Amino acid sequence: MVKLATFRGGVHPPEFKDATKDKKIEPVALPSKVVLPLQQHIGAPLELAVASGDAVKVGTLVARATGFVSIPLHSPVSGTVKSVGEALHPSGVSMQAVVIESDGQDEWEPGLLTRRDPESLGVDEIKKIIRDAGIVGLGGAAFPTHVKLSPPADRKIDVFILNGAECEPYLTTDYRQMLERSADLVAGVGIIARVLGCAKVYLAVESNKPEALAAVAGQAKGREGWQVVTLQTKYPQGGEKQLIEAIAGRQVPSGKLPMDVGCVVQNVSTVLSVFDAVTTGRPLIEKVVTVTGGAALNPGNYSVRVGMLISELLEKTGGVAENLGKAVMGGPMMGVALPNLEVPVLKGTNGLLLIPEPVPESLHRACIRCGGCVDACPIHLLPCDLALLAENERWDRCRELNVKDCIECGSCSFTCPAGRNLVQLIRYGKFTVMSQDRAAKK
Amino acid sequence: MSEFLKVSSSPHFYTGESVPSIMKGVLISLAPATLGAVYFFGWHAAMLIVLSIGSAVAAEALCQRLRKVPRSIDDYSAVVTGLLLAFNLPANAPWWLAVLGGVFAIVVAKEVFGGIGFNVWNPALAARAFLLASFPTIMISSPDYPVPRGGTLSGLTLDGVTQATPLQLIKNTVAPILQNPSAFSPREVQNAHAVLAQTGQWEFYRNLLLGNMGGVLGETSAILLLIGAVYLFVRKYIDWRVPLGYIGTVALAAWVFAGPEGYFTGNPLLHVLSGGLILGAFFMATDMVTSPVTRKGKWVFAVGCGLLTVLIRVKGGYPEGVSYAILLMNTATPLIDAYTRPRVYGAEAAGGK
Repeated sequence: MVKLATFRGGVHPPEFKDATKDKKIEPVALPSKVVLPLQQHIGAPLELAVASGDAVKVGTLVARATGFVSIPLHSPVSGTVKSVGEALHPSGVSMQAVVIESDGQDEWEPGLLTRRDPESLGVDEIKKIIRDAGIVGLGGAAFPTHVKLSPPADRKIDVFILNGAECEPYLTTDYRQMLERSADLVAGVGIIARVLGCAKVYLAVESNKPEALAAVAGQAKGREGWQVVTLQTKYPQGGEKQLIEAIAGRQVPSGKLPMDVGCVVQNVSTVLSVFDAVTTGRPLIEKVVTVTGGAALNPGNYSVRVGMLISELLEKTGGVAENLGKAVMGGPMMGVALPNLEVPVLKGTNGLLLIPEPVPESLHRACIRCGGCVDACPIHLLPCDLALLAENERWDRCRELNVKDCIECGSCSFTCPAGRNLVQLIRYGKFTVMSQDRAAKK
Repeated sequence: MSEFLKVSSSPHFYTGESVPSIMKGVLISLAPATLGAVYFFGWHAAMLIVLSIGSAVAAEALCQRLRKVPRSIDDYSAVVTGLLLAFNLPANAPWWLAVLGGVFAIVVAKEVFGGIGFNVWNPALAARAFLLASFPTIMISSPDYPVPRGGTLSGLTLDGVTQATPLQLIKNTVAPILQNPSAFSPREVQNAHAVLAQTGQWEFYRNLLLGNMGGVLGETSAILLLIGAVYLFVRKYIDWRVPLGYIGTVALAAWVFAGPEGYFTGNPLLHVLSGGLILGAFFMATDMVTSPVTRKGKWVFAVGCGLLTVLIRVKGGYPEGVSYAILLMNTATPLIDAYTRPRVYGAEAAGGK
């Protein structure tokens, strides 16, 4: 048996990908309106570029970036700005958002869509295009992509990894895109590798997606320094730190970034957005979203305009069962439970998991010290102890036991037979310790 | 705005394993040995098992009522404790001994500390230690120690001597003779050699494996216990490091230190298969609550159990050392966990910690 690349720790949740893995990506009809929260990425907040009543086209700038770690927001539809005010964000908090009513014309901002040959563009030009297109990491964290591609001069990047792991159960957006757009994907990887100037390129896909592996390998054939890597199917294999450990054999030190160990990781959707922006001028206004779960009446992979309300998305793609208990944006391991269906698709949205009643619940019984969470933690923390310490507000001990290194993958809670809310408590400890640190710095 | 859905923090699904499902798994794994105990020792054994389990569960329900905490007897952990305690009783124990042990295990060794998950010692073993200290005549040196059906008491024959288990026979009778043969008659020395010769024969080990041999209820048949252990491994309820490290250490240390004729003359197989080692290594030392959570810690714990077991068997006041060895290592578990924390991801790259 061939030894597959992997990391130490992790869990093997059931995959549940069969419902959508053979469903082609289908475009969804235009939304009647879009809701665009101004905070869709990690970094500085945006500055409004439109006012209520303005006419906009597809790709019109809605909000400007305000710092280096910030990216602009574009209108995904043509129509009229209806309001600028508070709206419900998928996380459950209200925040400033722009609401645009679609005129159904889907008319593009003039001069935006221009075909370009990436070879003719300089590295700085490409980075500017990526930033202006409003591209963020689409694997979950929504970190501005151009920042990742602009390491300081003293950080030499020698490894680029295409993250095709898609280790979250249920989700199939990256899988479908690897199958349907393998040529564009590999071309996009080429663009990024050139920007980074790195010699080694790894295309990493989990072993449970042989068709995607073959498609990517076929396109990458003949490229020098490129290697297709089969990853062990394990969660969280697609975690940035875990991929770097599995492929480059390096570990990112606590509090540092992948670029500090010479690595950059981008996921499939992000690379395709880069390809689209660089070659055609399209900003990030559309996302592939897997709609799935026991309460999804027509599971599939859909190409959706950013800002479309979940309720309208479901209405236009086949609907949701009566017994819907919980709606999760993202996968079951790290996704966010939605307060209701009147929230928009975000740039970082890759899945919508509709869980029917009865919704699985954690009982939070006493820890029996089975050690399952210790074996599962990919960061090698002691989740059982950290959770107890956070429960008792022992922040000093939380800090000593490296609570800040938790990546919140949820492997500990998933595996806990006592149903303890481990990752929840650890997150509480992590945020408390981090805010203490910030206060101390001031 | 439409009505709100259920929200909770991620993750949104779980393995499906739970404390009750693990405890039920342990009960299933103990079923062959339980049936074996009833077969070998008759209905009195069945009564002891029922009383021990019943008193443990009743004590837990009562304690939780007095403590005004939610009742959790439906997690089956008290049933497991009761059954394991019964496994540590001699087959002729009086009924009240089982009840006393069951109550002690739950009240003193578990609920006083805060219930499941908070106890320092394996409750069944703590109760056994209590009973052994309080009623030594019943627990080990009873002259009318029951003989299992179809077997002999020690599995070894030695004229005019009754000793309940092979370990007792060798430690208390054979070893003193061999270490100082001039103080005994030639006939006694000859007998001692004859016993030792028997421990080199297949016949003897067949008896140990099948259970045709004296001992407490649950430890007689190694095979029945091993069948259950295989089930625990298949269901991933126990970590292989603990039993492997424990039994391996006992085998090695017994070979080096436990020979009646000096160093490196010990019989590893005899020490592994007789006494409570199989029961202890697979079902007691693997108790989740009272053993370390880290992988390295599990090795330390297992090796410590093994060394202490042989130390007690060779030098201690009792012929058998499994229970005290595990209890002592239980005590050390929080310390072991604290010193065997896994190296955090990225610590190496950052230069240590």
